[in-house]
Amino acid sequence: MTDNVESSHVDAFEKERSKDEMKRQVISFALMIVFTLASFGLVASGKFSSMFVIPVILIMALVQVAFQFYYFMHMKDKDHEMPSTLIYGGVWCAALTFTGLAVITWW
Amino acid sequence: MSYDESLFPEKMPHNPERATLEGKNKFMGLWFFLGGETVLFASLFGTYLALKDSVHTGPSSDELFGLPLVFLMTVMLLTSSLTSVYAMYHMRNNDFKKMQLWLGITGLLGIGFLVCEVYEFAHYITDYGFTFRSSSFGSAFYTLVGFHGGHVTFGIIWLITLMLRNAKRGLNLYNAPKFNTFSLYWHFIDVIWVFVFTVVYLMGKVG
Repeated sequence: MTDNVESSHVDAFEKERSKDEMKRQVISFALMIVFTLASFGLVASGKFSSMFVIPVILIMALVQVAFQFYYFMHMKDKDHEMPSTLIYGGVWCAALTFTGLAVITWW
Repeated sequence: MSYDESLFPEKMPHNPERATLEGKNKFMGLWFFLGGETVLFASLFGTYLALKDSVHTGPSSDELFGLPLVFLMTVMLLTSSLTSVYAMYHMRNNDFKKMQLWLGITGLLGIGFLVCEVYEFAHYITDYGFTFRSSSFGSAFYTLVGFHGGHVTFGIIWLITLMLRNAKRGLNLYNAPKFNTFSLYWHFIDVIWVFVFTVVYLMGKVG
């Protein structure tokens, strides 16, 4: 009996928690739409120099990707140490690849 | 799959996708795969950036790209990322019907994205004569964007197969990891697209 009470209590708690989680994910989605609009708007307006626009849209892309990884793909949750290691390992190799290509192209 | 009692518990655990060893392995394996994909796309992006101004006699990126279509494609893919989050939300609440519904919407948005991309490529080829062989820019462009489109295509086939194969099974500990694995892959496709629209289309417009 006590077991049942305990488990239904956990259920309500879990439900509440995944609801909160959903709310955070919807907010992330809204922010990602805002960043997308801002990026397209900046470029479409054509009022700014490329020296300003390019770094800004790249930063906004990175922020969007962080939302995608940490909220949509749950990397912020605990017990995601190994996925983080794997994906950052990939990002590290990707950065090396990218730098290598940049160096042979523009040196 | 032989019938296994342990895969059909009376009460689903909170994380059905990682409740079995098989599920844990699938989850970890997919993240490992995504790490590798990151490197693949980094090399394609690097190549594209190196070659994007080598237009030979063909059109340049500024002449080709139209932002409204790209914006539409971006919104479709981003929304499909959210709908697959909804699907996983219903999976954790053990609501199979709603999960299938949201996965279906995800698939439709993915197909919409793909239709736009095919239209875009057809438009470049027929109206501008811009093909894979036009210039180094053409080769790099179609390789990078085509690779992403290929991933979308593969994802849609994967999703349809999953939905049909499991339509009558309902949700259990055997297929929950499969749905979750797909959703992670689908999010990653959107991650790549964020860089595609920023680096290829937007930066192609500003110069």
